[in-house]
This record gives sequence, structure tokens and C-alpha cells, in this order.
Amino acid sequence: MILSITSEGANASDMGYLLHKHPDNIFEANLWFGRASVFYPEATEERCTATLLLQVDPVNLVRGKQKAFTLEQYVNDRSYVVSSFMSVALIEAYRSAINGNCKHRPELVERKFSLTARLCAVSCRAGEEVIRRLFEPLGYTCEVKGAPLSERFPEWGESSVFSLTLRGEQTIQDLLSHLYVLIPVLDNAKHYYIADEEVDKLLQKGERWLMQHPEKTLITNRYLAYRKRMVQSALDRLAPLVEEGMETQEEKDAQNEAQEATAEAPLRLNEVRLQAALEAVLSLEPKAVRVIDLGCGEGNLLRMLIKQRAITEIVGVDVAVHTLNRAADRLRMESYSEAERQRVKLIQGSLVYHDTRFNGFDVATLLEVIEHIDAPRLVAMEKVVFANAKPRRVIVTTPNADYNTFWESLPAGQFRHRDHRFEWTREEFESWAKRVGGLFGYSVQIQGVGAEQEGLGFPTQMAVFDRA
Amino acid sequence: MSEPDKFQIEIPDFCVVALIGVSGCGKSTFAARHFLPTEILSSDSFRAWVSDSENDQSATPDAFEALYSLANTRLRRRKTVVIDATNVQDEARKRVLELAKAHDCHAIAIVINTPEHLCIQRNEGRANRNFGANVVHRQSRQLRETLRSLKRERFRNAYVLRPEQAESCEIVRVPLWTDRRTEKPPFDIIGDIHGCYDELVELLAALGYAPNTEGAWAHSEGRRALFVGDLVDRGEKTVKVVRLVMDMTAAGHALCVPGNHDVKLMELLQTGKVNLNHGRGLSMEQIESLPEKEREVFKSRFIAFVDSLVSHLWLDGGQLCIAHAGMTEAYMGRASGRVRSFALYGQTTGEVDEYGLPVRYPWAMEYRGTTTVAYGHTPMLEAEWLNNTINLDTGCVFGGKLSALRYPEREIVQVSAKKVYAESLRPLQTETDVPAIPAQWQHDDLLSAQDVLESRFVSTRLAGNVTIPPENRSVALEVMSRFAVEPRWLVYLPPTMSPSETTSEGIYLEHPTGAFSYYRNAGVERVVCQRKHMGSRAVIVICKDAESAQRRFGATGGDIGQCYTRTGRQFFDSPELHNGLLREVQETLNRANFWEEFGTNWVCLDAELLPWNAKAQGLLRDQYAPVGVAGQIALREAVAVTELAQARTPTLVPLHAKLLQRQADIEGYVEAYSRYCWATPTLSDHRIAPFHLLATEGKTYFDRPHTWHIETLARIASHSELLMATELLEVNLNDPDSEKAGENWWIEMTEAGGEGVVVKPLDFIVRGSKGVLQPAVKVRGREYLRIIYGAEYTEMENLSRLRARGLGAKRSLAMREFALGVEGLERFVRQEPLRKVHECVFGVLALESEPVDPRL
Repeated sequence: MILSITSEGANASDMGYLLHKHPDNIFEANLWFGRASVFYPEATEERCTATLLLQVDPVNLVRGKQKAFTLEQYVNDRSYVVSSFMSVALIEAYRSAINGNCKHRPELVERKFSLTARLCAVSCRAGEEVIRRLFEPLGYTCEVKGAPLSERFPEWGESSVFSLTLRGEQTIQDLLSHLYVLIPVLDNAKHYYIADEEVDKLLQKGERWLMQHPEKTLITNRYLAYRKRMVQSALDRLAPLVEEGMETQEEKDAQNEAQEATAEAPLRLNEVRLQAALEAVLSLEPKAVRVIDLGCGEGNLLRMLIKQRAITEIVGVDVAVHTLNRAADRLRMESYSEAERQRVKLIQGSLVYHDTRFNGFDVATLLEVIEHIDAPRLVAMEKVVFANAKPRRVIVTTPNADYNTFWESLPAGQFRHRDHRFEWTREEFESWAKRVGGLFGYSVQIQGVGAEQEGLGFPTQMAVFDRA
Repeated sequence: MSEPDKFQIEIPDFCVVALIGVSGCGKSTFAARHFLPTEILSSDSFRAWVSDSENDQSATPDAFEALYSLANTRLRRRKTVVIDATNVQDEARKRVLELAKAHDCHAIAIVINTPEHLCIQRNEGRANRNFGANVVHRQSRQLRETLRSLKRERFRNAYVLRPEQAESCEIVRVPLWTDRRTEKPPFDIIGDIHGCYDELVELLAALGYAPNTEGAWAHSEGRRALFVGDLVDRGEKTVKVVRLVMDMTAAGHALCVPGNHDVKLMELLQTGKVNLNHGRGLSMEQIESLPEKEREVFKSRFIAFVDSLVSHLWLDGGQLCIAHAGMTEAYMGRASGRVRSFALYGQTTGEVDEYGLPVRYPWAMEYRGTTTVAYGHTPMLEAEWLNNTINLDTGCVFGGKLSALRYPEREIVQVSAKKVYAESLRPLQTETDVPAIPAQWQHDDLLSAQDVLESRFVSTRLAGNVTIPPENRSVALEVMSRFAVEPRWLVYLPPTMSPSETTSEGIYLEHPTGAFSYYRNAGVERVVCQRKHMGSRAVIVICKDAESAQRRFGATGGDIGQCYTRTGRQFFDSPELHNGLLREVQETLNRANFWEEFGTNWVCLDAELLPWNAKAQGLLRDQYAPVGVAGQIALREAVAVTELAQARTPTLVPLHAKLLQRQADIEGYVEAYSRYCWATPTLSDHRIAPFHLLATEGKTYFDRPHTWHIETLARIASHSELLMATELLEVNLNDPDSEKAGENWWIEMTEAGGEGVVVKPLDFIVRGSKGVLQPAVKVRGREYLRIIYGAEYTEMENLSRLRARGLGAKRSLAMREFALGVEGLERFVRQEPLRKVHECVFGVLALESEPVDPRL
């Protein structure tokens, strides 16, 4: 809603020339999403503040012809926070300054002012730390003030809303270009469709500083709304520009790797798990030719199965259509030949509804699936898989709850994933597997997957059920 | 083969007719005279369909492909098909016979035997028939061969007509023997008797039958008995049973289908070449001990009787089917060897069990038909419904019971066996494994994806067929699978509710007058205004005890009920709160003497559970509160900065004033949602306000006025701290004072922070000129609506834009969901299979994924 820029010191009011706004007048502009006003709450030789106040029209956002992409909610904070709308307003209000033009006093463009920028309110879910990581490398000192979600109910906790004050010696052009890029990065939501020209805008506005910024990957990702292809194109174009940038780049890579180590551990585990499941599929005798992956997700296992030419029919089942669509994309199914289309299929199905399409397979895999089913409904899943579909082999993997204490990042008693309905200890899993095996006439073998920890077992547990 | 001289041909009213004759013999003319245009599938027409030319011989294979595809569809739908092709080649007729066999109907051959020269002459007279005489000549030769072989082929009847007969004959359609749809109830369907005469007589008497003056048992009100067969063997009085049934049948007081025992005994009497196992020896002894003269009469009468019985009977306009061992939908009212075999022996898997008896295929578990099937054959402990089928063999001869089903009342009448006449090879079975849980529930444990994904619509009493689009079903499958409670509890989901029309003036967006005029215009005189509690919708299903929960809902693990949200999720994640709530509701009902008063072991309540944050904490934390705090912080600063600036720049005064107003709005918004929140560490911090008493055993309460619901529930709520009553005000729409009182109540309530009122017609279900009316219309308070339309919706420039809102989609949705919800609960109360209940609930959830303005 508010972006105030204050300059202090001798000739502070020169800022007015650069901003191209007279301190005694109000500048107003009507934009499709609301109204921007620029005025000066104070203007002396020593201290001069220009305030850009943006009033977003919430009713128009929903009702207007301009379909807002990220703002489908009917009650939203867009009227109050400094968001990508503010970046657009910034260009409208201070176009010449951000482009480094000043008709009357061109020498001011390169002059550094003692500047304070005040942004209110800032919404940043990533929190204060990210705010600092974004602005401090650019030479600002940051004053970040948070607020509780509710004054009446302190137990609701802190909000992700802040008021932010930045102080630094900067040219006006630099300050504005920093803000232009970093405001939507903070907010991490854009009101418009991200088109290819956004890459150019980012590189142009970040020309003088983005290359050296240690968080350039984060900035690029968020600015381009995580559109992979565009982010890569932007990073490629950033890389060779300046030589001294290379060192920073290496440093940064090292930093990033350390940071991602925690995130990568489960990634590797995922691969180990897939490998273990694949081996269990392939070791069946006589060889499996029809395999169904129940809860196939985005198709990680399917991708591996497809490479096994001895398998002549592969079906991926998921309960969520959007997940299946992503799997089809990732497997590039639209480019399949007719024969391959016959061989590999994706179908929507549920593990708690009997489904004749699950019948007649050699192997069914349920990788990290059962823990997403409410415990009272497991009975239905057992019947669907073991009594009705009745494949020769069923492969089930699920987290080992005993192992959770090994992960320091996981608070005690918490599950590994928000949607997990339960996580079983080794004992619980084994007794479940034996009961199900006995009930439906399957023999069971249980094994661990991943790196074993003494006394805790393996991070993933796997049961292979073979029909007697 | 016959040559009718009366020129009258009788064919079944459902069959395959093959017309046979050379090109130009007059088949098509004959067909057009005697059959519906839609019954006639002519090879010439199909050649034209696929190639634009009747004579393109290269199109023949494709033409027959298409012809048979259509023929298959028609026959599946039990529609007669006339194959109008030359059919003079063996292969062609073989295909016709296979078609008939695949659909379990008769094939009839009609040959039009026109002299060759006449055919050639006719072909020459037609344009586009430029093939030479040699074609006709060849076909004639083939026809002569056909006439020789036809009698050996498996046509039910074959007729050879000369041209003049073809012209003058009459075709009469008669129903198949199994098709007795014109027979109307009431019936009493009686299970396997196996010579238990004493029990039979006792049962007939219990059903109201008595011997009439001619000595045949008859019912004073004209009811008829239906016997599902196996009259004979194993018991002591086979002869007496058979005589009684034959007499009743002969006198028109009963119908009977044959059982496998009856047929085998007949074969034994006919040929002597059947073993004496399975109690047949006993029957023979009883027959042989008759005086000789009597014996021979009995034998021949019995043989004739069993021989006259048809495999199964399709009755009551297609609503009922009886057969000895059961009947699948695809075979009903048809005739073939396999239909007869199914009727007599059921379907077996080919395996034998540990007692050496064939393992039967559980056809009833897969049965999805709307026709009720009553049957016997396999002795069971109890006669139980499963998917609209019922096995009435309760093993009387093995010391069990002799059972009858009154139809259409669906009441079971039983008498116990006087003794054990025979030992069963295997113990009497239940439909599934656990006797304590009804068969239907055990079977229903597993719903089928095909049932919910492939049914295009749900038939409802209130709104006819409600279509559920595939994309919505697909969304519902995900939500049901991932988030919903066990389907056994999900007997009802409440419909969405439409707001009132907007008011055109003043400071209000919604106002009671909008709702009042909606109902007045629809012809409703009396409505109720019900306080709308600001919490979250909760449906509570609760049983008297764990045992009734097991009996009625198939519950396991001692569960006594469920409390779920309007999207079918369990209301509380915390087991303590969840179980505590169910126990407290159960105990409240105990204290209120509810179970005795309503004669039930369970109840389904529709309620609002407070406070709002009990369920909506996530929504508050992620959506409402962040907006509130952002607005408060931003506007405080904006007000301060403009206050400072207006001293320098007086033109900023209006902007400052506007920001002050916006600040007041955001504070009002924060107040609007905070008001409905309070800390809820324990169950006693919650409140439940039930407002509909939806159903108890055997009853729904959609026929009671809302005043009854609210008063009854208030009485129950007085027995608990947790439950609370809901305020209600009756309004007479013909009385301006009464209406004014309603408006004032709303203003008073909403100004004191209430969410608003729900306006409903006094009666639960009201039909208007265009169908059932909206069951309720909500009128929300001015302050409350800030949560819905944003803090600043009350600003005039916003209000005027918001007034234009379309309610059509929302109202149509509310209506369809209401119809589905009522339907589901009514089905549950009628004890229909879970999948029939589930399809309604699934439908509500599916419709909820339709895109409708969420602010309505």
C-alpha cells in the first residue's frame, strides 16, 4: 500500500527532480487495478519524503475483465500489501528515474543519496531472514517489524506481515530497480501471467546488481514464478556477463549445496527406494509382464518400468487427475507410438474402491502410498488389492517411524509429510504385513531400504507379498 | 419345418428373425409389412450406410460388421432383430444362430421361396441392380441346399413361404414363457420345502391361506404363492408337498419354478437312470409306497407338472424375478440352455469345497439390477437381503426354518422345522463370514469404482434424474478416497444454501425482504426464520450402543457413530474431542429418553458446531487473519502519513478521510471474524446446535415442519451443556406486521453480532409450479458479510457493483444437492445397499466441485 522514499542530508530535496514530482503537488494515476498517488509528507532541504500510496480496488480484481491469476480469493490482502501491483505503480510513477533519466539535472542520476525506503505492509511467508538475505547484500540495513496474526488471540502466532525500513547510500535509480525486482520476490505472488518478456525485464532491471547478488537463484526463481525454462534462460544469460562474478558464483554454489543437503537426503532415498522396488518387480519368477503401480504419483517408478522391455503392460493408477496429467507430461506420453500407448496407461482410480481394472496383473506396487490412507479405510484397501486385484506379487513401501528420531530437522512426534495419516514402527509394519498376508494367502518378506542406522533400522521399510 | 395353411406365424415377442431368400424374392417387402422399420437390419441398407451404395459388394464385410454391432445392442436391450439378407449361405445362418445364442433368445427362420425367374425379372426391373441372372441362379442353388439343411439347424422354428403366402400371412407375437411381467402381486414367495409338509401347511396358514371347497389352498384376499422349487427329496412327505403345490398351481393360486431336485426326480421317474443320492431314495420310497393305481397317476402327473415349469419367472412388470438358484439381470425373461442351467444350479466356479460340494459363484454380490430376485437352492442360516436379492432357503429340512417373503411388503414370515430331517453336508452358511454383521454390510464394505465413476446420473424422488458430470465425479473420487470418513457413516451430506436476492437500496446487500419475496412469489404463506449460528456444519450419526452400530452400520472396533463436515471429513482430528463429542451426544439422547420415544437405535442429526475456529482455524490463520493484520498495519501507516502530508498539501484532505473510513472498515472486518472465535482446548468449550432431526430407524423426518424439528431438538438439547437450542421465528407472509417482526429480529440479531438468519418454508419440502422450492435461503448480516465480500464492501461504490449477482447457478446447485441428500437418506432408511446410498452422497460431493461464486 505504501512505499515512502526519504532522502536526508544536504540537498535532500534534489530527489524531487529525479522523481520528477513537485513536492507541493499530488500526482495521481488510475491503473486498471486501482489508483496510485504520490505526495510529499515532508520536503525540506535536509529531509524529503515522497510517498507512493497505492489503493488496489479489491472488487475490481475479482469482477473486472482483467482476470487476476494468483488472486482468485475473494478476501485478499492485495489492497494492503506491497506487491507486484506496487512494482507496476512504481514504473508508472517514477518511470524516468528508474530508467536513469533526468531532463533538468542529469548529473543527479549517478549521485548517491542517503536514502530510507519504507514499505508497508510487506507480506513475506519466508520470513524476516529472507528479507535480510535479499536486501543486505545490496548495502542496506534492514529494520523488520513483525506483527501477530491476531491481537485478540495471541495463540494464533505470528503473521507473515511486516513493515520494512531499508537504509543505505544508493542512487535513486538503484533503489528503484532493487525495489521493482525484489517487491514481487518478497511477496512471491504475481498478479499477471509470466511471459517470456519477464526474463528481459528482470535482466534489464537487475543489470547493475543481480549478477553479483548471492541470492540470484532465489530471486530469479521467485521473480519468474519458478517457471523452470525461463529461470534457466535467465541464469544462463546472467552467468557469462562479468568475470569476477564467477568467484561469487562458485561460492554461492557451495553455499547452496550445503543448504540443500537436508533436502537432498530424502531425494537420494527416493531413488534408492525406486531401485529396490524395481528389483523386487524384476525378481519375480516366472517373470512379471503386467505391472500396475497403485498410487503412481508423477510416474517415477513408471519411468523405470517403461525401460524394461520385457514388461508388456504397465498401468499407473492415481486418485488425483492433476497428478496423472503431470505424470503424462513428465513421461512425454503424447509423443508415444500407438504400440507404446497400448503398453503404458494411466488411469484414475482409488485404492478404497473395488476396481476391475486392477485385475490380472503380475505385480502391484504401492510405494509410499498406504500412509496416505486413513487407518480405518486400510481394510478396504487390503480387500481391493489382496482379495480382488490379487496380483502374484504386491510390493509395499512405507516410512519407518523408528528412524524418524535420526532426522534432527523432524520435530519429535511429527510425520515426514503433512498428508501422512500414520507412520508405522518396524513392529507395527511387520504385524500388519503378516496379518494381511495370512488373511489373503500371501507369504511376506520384509526388508529395509536406504542407509541403516544402528538401533533404528532403515529409513524406508518394504514388504514383498507373494501369492501362495 | 411347416407350411402353415392359415398363414399365421407365431414368433416370440423377443427374438432374432432370419429372412432367407435370393435377391429379388421379396424379403424387404415382407419385412416392411410385418416388422417395425427399426427392427429390420437390412444388408443393403448397411452397405449404403458404410459406403453410400447399396450395391458396393466390397463394402459387404464392413456392412455386416456394423449390422451385427447394432443387432447386439438391440438384443442386449431385449429388442427383436430381423436380419434382412439373403442368408442362403451356411456361414451366414450360422452367424445368425450364434447371435441369438449369445443373447439367450430364439432364432426364427422365414424363407421366402419365390421362383427364380420371378426374382430375375424383379431385379431387372430395378435400377441399380445390374448384376446378371447368374447371381440369382447361384443363390437359388444355395437356397435349395438351405431348404434341405434347415431342419437340422438350430432355429427354434423355420417357415417356408411361397410368394402368395408371404403376402397374406399374419405374424403373431407372443411373450416368452419366462416373461410373465403381466402377473401382478401381491405374492408370497416360499423357499425350498424338500418334503417338509407340516411346516409348509403351518407357513401357509400363517400367511393367511386355507384349503378351499375344492381342497386347494387359497388366500382369502387373492394373494398367490410363488414356489422357488426343490419341493422334493430329503424330507418325509414329498408326495404330500408335491400334491399340494400341484393343486394350488392348477387352481391358479400359485406359480412355481423348478428346482434341481424336482428335475432330477422327474428324470429318475422317466428313465430310471438317475442315482438315488441326495435324498432321492427317500422320495422314491415314498412314491413306491403309494397304492399302485395312485402311484402311476402321481408319477405321470408329477412328470407332466415339472416338465411344464419354466426356468424362471419374470413378474410384476419386470420388478420381480423368481428362480430356484438365482438369476442375473442379463438372463431375465430370456430362454436358453444356460439361462435354464443358471436358474436350476446357479453359477459355479468349477471348484469344489472341503465338503465336496461345488463352490458357487457369488452372483448376488455382483448383482446391480433394479429387479428384485427371490431364490433358494443354497441353505442359509438367515434369509438376508443382498443387493436387492434374497435367498429364501433357510434349510428347513436340515432343521432350520421354512421362509416366505411377502411381496411387495418385503416382510419375512417363517416357521421353524419340527425336527432335523436330514444332515447337511456342510454347516448352514451366512451370506458372508461374520454372522453378527448383516450380509449387506459385509458386502458393502467395498464400494466399486465402476459404480461411482460410470453411472451418469442418480434418480431422485425430488428432482428426477440428477446428472453428475464425469469431471465432477473424478474430483469426488479423489476427495472421497483421501479425506472422507468411512462410507458406512456417510448417509447424508447437506446441500449448499443460496443467499437471498440482493436488496436494491439502503446500506444492505442482503435483507430478509429478499428471502420473503422469493417464497411469497412461489406461493408460500408461512416461513420460519432460523438463527444462523456462525460455526461449521456438522452431520452427526449416532447409535444407541456399539452393538446397534455394528448391526445397522456394519461398524467395527466399538465405534458408536461419526461426526463429519459438509464435505464428509471427520469433524475433529483429535480422537479425544471426536470420541468425547459422540459419547456426550449419545448420553444426552439416553437422558432425553430419545431411543424409546422414537423407537430407534440410531439417529442422524444436522447441526452447526461452534465456534467457527474449531474447524476453520486453518482458514482463519491462512486467509482471514493475514488480510486483517496486513490491512490494520498498512492503514494505520497510511492514515498517519496522509495526516502529516495534508498539513503541507491541503488537497490531500479527501484522501485522508477516505483512508480513515477504510481503516474503520478493516477494524470492522477483524471484529467480524474474531467475534466467532474463542479458545477451544476442551470439548466443553464447544457448542452443538442441531436444527434438523433427519432420520431414525425406518423413518426420515422430511415430512415434519421446521417448528417440530427445532422444538424436538430444543427438548433434547436441554439435557446437555454441550448442545444448544436454535431460535426460530415464524413469519406469516400475508401479514405485514409479522413480516416486519421478522425483519426487526434480523436487524437486532445482526447488529448484536449474529451471522444472520436462514429463511425456510414452514414445511421441509415444498413443491412450487416449477418443482421443489429452495429448502432454505440465507440472509446474512451486514457486518458478517465483510468476511465474505471484503472489509470495504460496504462502501457505496463497492456495494452498488456487488448488487448485480446471479443466483441461478447457486440455486440450481442447491436444489440438486438437496434432492440427492434426501434421496440418499431415504434409501438408507429403506435399507438399500450402501452403494445406492453412496451414489447420492458421492453425487453431492461431486456437484460441490462445480464452479460457483464462493461468496454466495
